[in-house]
Amino acid sequence: MADIFAYIEHNQGVAEDSALELLTAAKKISPDAAVTAIVMGSGGDLDKVCNEMAASYNAVWKIDNAAFSFPDAEAARKALVNILPGDCVLLVPHAHLGMDLSPGLSIKMDSTFISDIVDVEGLDGNTLKVIRQEFAGQVSTHVHADIANGAVVNVRPGVFQPDESKAGGGEVVDKSGDLGDVSVKRKYLETVEAEAGEVDITKSEVLVSVGRGVEEEDNIETIFDLAEAMGADVSCSRPIVDAKWLEKPRQVGTSGQTVKPKVYMALGISGSFQHMGGVKGNPFIVAVNKNPKAPIFQVADVGVEADILEFVPELTEKIKEL
Amino acid sequence: MEILVCVKRVPDTAENEIEINSEGNDIERDDLVYSVNEWDNYAVEEAIQIVDKVGGSVTVVTVGDEESEEVLRREMAMGAQNGLLLTDDGFEGADGKGTASILAAAVKKGNYDLILTGAQADDGAAEVGGMLAAMLDYPYASLVNTIETQDGKLKVGREVEGGNQDMYEIELPCVLSIQTGINEPRYVGIRGIRKVASVEIPEYGASDLGIDASSVGGDAAKVKRMDYFMPEMGEGAEMLEGSTEEIIEKLIEYLKAKGGLK
Repeated sequence: MADIFAYIEHNQGVAEDSALELLTAAKKISPDAAVTAIVMGSGGDLDKVCNEMAASYNAVWKIDNAAFSFPDAEAARKALVNILPGDCVLLVPHAHLGMDLSPGLSIKMDSTFISDIVDVEGLDGNTLKVIRQEFAGQVSTHVHADIANGAVVNVRPGVFQPDESKAGGGEVVDKSGDLGDVSVKRKYLETVEAEAGEVDITKSEVLVSVGRGVEEEDNIETIFDLAEAMGADVSCSRPIVDAKWLEKPRQVGTSGQTVKPKVYMALGISGSFQHMGGVKGNPFIVAVNKNPKAPIFQVADVGVEADILEFVPELTEKIKEL
Repeated sequence: MEILVCVKRVPDTAENEIEINSEGNDIERDDLVYSVNEWDNYAVEEAIQIVDKVGGSVTVVTVGDEESEEVLRREMAMGAQNGLLLTDDGFEGADGKGTASILAAAVKKGNYDLILTGAQADDGAAEVGGMLAAMLDYPYASLVNTIETQDGKLKVGREVEGGNQDMYEIELPCVLSIQTGINEPRYVGIRGIRKVASVEIPEYGASDLGIDASSVGGDAAKVKRMDYFMPEMGEGAEMLEGSTEEIIEKLIEYLKAKGGLK
């Protein structure tokens, strides 16, 4: 069995939730494997993250370089090619950094890339058996990958339980001297913070959230009518913002806002993992969708198979009558 | 600026319910409506807008069969000047790496300053752009949602967590994967499609590209999809049944109980 490594995403000295989820995924690939955490960054907070990871991982490789004061996939790729064993399995969270880093890294390491896995069935010789989803989560597939030359595996955040056993007791090894040339042709300039909107949906207790099922801009009005009747705020999924029907600060999802309401009404929203990644705090979820196979029905508490354009105005009327 | 945009013909999930065929080895494709991958459409629009500003031309390319030609024509109707179809029986079954290898060979035959892909397509892997950049040794940025042209380089924004945007300067030539919402893709009417109906679209096979089809097609694929299956529903939602009136009544009871009505 090749060595398994996990790329640790961290922010201000704290590892992201994905850090311990990757450990669970690694153990599903090989229960006995020694798993090494890769912690890249610069200065101050780095040791804190390394020590935190040492409790859970069998080893921690600390990579301290000014090039990583900001998580830059282009520079990280060059460094990882230089320090990782060629036939290793590297697990990376399938988020904004992993999508930037991993496909190219697999080419540079001449290893196999497996994207956005949601489960691991196991390792059979050199064949890694995993489960992925296609068509925005509507169907799943069993995928077999030949990893004889190693693999870079992007793991969907939030699907593996975090491994809280703290059974690592690993040593922190400083690999900062082995990076080689990490100069790149892409320069980080700044991070532009998201603008605040007219409502702060992160504070809302009840959200009426609208998706592609609303079909036309003019129909958005019916959603606001329902929200007003309920005393709720209106949020939305990505296609509504892409179409410029609602402003970006109303978007729920990994690339939008993270919300923690008590009740979340998903109207005409299919329920992609990027969208549901922004719904936290275990709210009561109501889904209305005309497609009975929409993934949203797997995570909702209560579902209604209906066209929101017909259902919502009727619901609004009844609520107004209360 | 010479821009190459990589596009893909995919089943339109907004128009179709995806179902699995009786053998479980594919989705039911007979009644599917196909169109250009949504992300790619934004990439083509962005390329056209850049060329409108700084000059040059836009070429759309796809790896596929004869049916893929229709998506090239659609994007040419939007305003892309050239189309290029990479097609060969030996390409069938290519995985992401195989597809990127075929595209890399096409890039090397041309002289492009900028290569755009959609951030992802129907299989959600989001892999071809990054692989292509690595094969070409070009800098790469994924999930790009703004592009500003500068002298010999670009200023680009990447969409990251929480609606924030990371800004980068990136040297040309480079590869960018484009996120939806970067622009508003123009409408393509029947008239536009007719205008480009007879424009010749060159086809390149493995030998034209100087690659060995057996190194990029299904036999070389290291990542293989074995089947399709419906995800287990788990507990799933309690589906409310009955007349609309009954459903609404039950739903209102739930909303009251859970604090959803104020």
